[in-house]
Amino acid sequence: MSMGAEHQITAGFMPLFDSTVLVAAREMGFAAREGIELKLQRETSWANIRDRIAIGHFDVAHMLGPMPLACSLGLTPIASDTIVPFSLGLGGNCITVSNAVWNRMAAHGAVPDLDPARTGAALGSLIRERATSACEPLRFAVVHPHSGHNYELRYWLAACGIDPSREIEIIVVPPPFMADALAAGRIDGYCVGEPWNSAAVAAETGHMVTVKALLWRNSPEKVIGARKAWAEANPDALAALLRALHHSARWCQNRENHNELAELMAGSRFLGLPASVQMPILTGRLKLGGGVERTIEDFFVPFDKAANFPWKSHALWFYTQMVRWGDIAHTARNLAIARDCYRPDLYRAALKPLGVALPGANAKVEGALKVATPVGSAGASLVLGPDGFFDGQTFDPDEIDGYIAGQKSAVSHL
Amino acid sequence: MFHASLAVLVIDENRIRASIIEAGLRAAGHERVTVIHDVTGIARRIAEIEPDVIVIDLENPNRDMLENMFQLSRAVKRPIAMFVDRSDQASIEAAVEAGVSAYVVDGLRQERVKPILDMAVSRFNAFSRMARELEEARSELENRKLIDRAKGILMKSRGLSEEAAYTLLRKTAMNQNRKISDIAQSLVTAAGLLGPAEDE
Repeated sequence: MSMGAEHQITAGFMPLFDSTVLVAAREMGFAAREGIELKLQRETSWANIRDRIAIGHFDVAHMLGPMPLACSLGLTPIASDTIVPFSLGLGGNCITVSNAVWNRMAAHGAVPDLDPARTGAALGSLIRERATSACEPLRFAVVHPHSGHNYELRYWLAACGIDPSREIEIIVVPPPFMADALAAGRIDGYCVGEPWNSAAVAAETGHMVTVKALLWRNSPEKVIGARKAWAEANPDALAALLRALHHSARWCQNRENHNELAELMAGSRFLGLPASVQMPILTGRLKLGGGVERTIEDFFVPFDKAANFPWKSHALWFYTQMVRWGDIAHTARNLAIARDCYRPDLYRAALKPLGVALPGANAKVEGALKVATPVGSAGASLVLGPDGFFDGQTFDPDEIDGYIAGQKSAVSHL
Repeated sequence: MFHASLAVLVIDENRIRASIIEAGLRAAGHERVTVIHDVTGIARRIAEIEPDVIVIDLENPNRDMLENMFQLSRAVKRPIAMFVDRSDQASIEAAVEAGVSAYVVDGLRQERVKPILDMAVSRFNAFSRMARELEEARSELENRKLIDRAKGILMKSRGLSEEAAYTLLRKTAMNQNRKISDIAQSLVTAAGLLGPAEDE
């Protein structure tokens, strides 16, 4: 235990690559430099993270983007107000299917280009073909019901005319078991973060069909969830942590550090997987299966493009999907809770002394930016990445009722 | 009997701990206890067993999968919620502290389930204590062996008596503010690097 650290913070994390900004904050000394003794505790399930932050074992944790919303909305066994003062990055997920499903999709016109509209159309044809011959519905896995994975898989399917609640089955499988479950035929496809898609491709048991970065460009994934009571009682510790995370994220983004970062994450205290396995998420160079490779721009963004800014529009989009799939009713009270969950104000206040570029707005119209765009910001210049949905839709957080009504009717027409 | 006994399902990959819990539950008069170590095909097992209470260790990486399954009506006939009473914060905390979570079917009265949860929590704690003590005893034994080897190296290379060798180790540890076993480890490692002769 280091003596004299000004702040002691305990953080829970799951052994997934996108915990890297939190891990590097400690291991590369960014937390110590901010006067923080940061204790990292590895967990085995999101349920444990959820329970331990609720009862105060953890002050903050690596969390799925929608999870703090679920905690605050009372969807969890122990209700606990959880806020999001920092995003751990954008993107990083893929959708992978078994060889058998891929071969049938190819017969229905899919080509290995990751284009969500095209592979989705092929999957839709396959599902309708199977329905006429009374086959069991295809079974897909996600990592947790309240996850970006679940919502982006459902969004993709619904936009391609597939009803994810009726025409396929969606179950939960922990990320490290996904590739094995696919190989054993227990599931037909899954949506998970890297390296668990490349794992199936390397084992020659699966094909990648699309990626998060193409479904919704520069979209939110993992976040720092903080127990609200802790954050309110320890504003200085929180601000110091956010500065440490900011420096860590900048370091993680820098290509010159990627080998060192991959080595760090490979350690047995973190992922315990070879460093080479971590490289596709850092480079965006993916093997799709069948010898095809693609490089995806903005595949995983730990820092650039305001990746760490906790946009309220990200939280509100998750909220619209929770409403869409029946997790929660759309009420004024629930909407207010969702609106207050992500806290750009705390992010801005903590980083202001650093003189770095900060977005001036708390929310944006998601899908409005078609190309990288410089934005008016406090201090130095800031460029936001394109944030389009693959189906050309936009999400205006000021028109949330219309968006929810629109997506509901889209499903009931199926 | 006023009512049929509750069916309890224990899901724990640790066989020893699972059997300790099972024994405890049986001793408390619960006859319908099933223990599962491996979650493969668990949906079918749950449909067969129709448990009233499910106890899962928190180390189980399948906890997210199991929780989600409990919420799917196809897998279980009655809805299952975590813990009996959301307002009972103290017992929830005790359970998480102990490393156990419990799920119960809706409608069960708290007084019927609480003793089961309490039993699981106390048995989990007892098991952790036992495992900790075992680990301490083991590392104590290893440290002693390490110190013996370090003493042997010093006796041989510096021509010291056993007592003098130990005193030197202890003094070095005190000066460097480290444990004797750490110093012994360093010495054994260094000796291993410098020459094979020392290690016998």
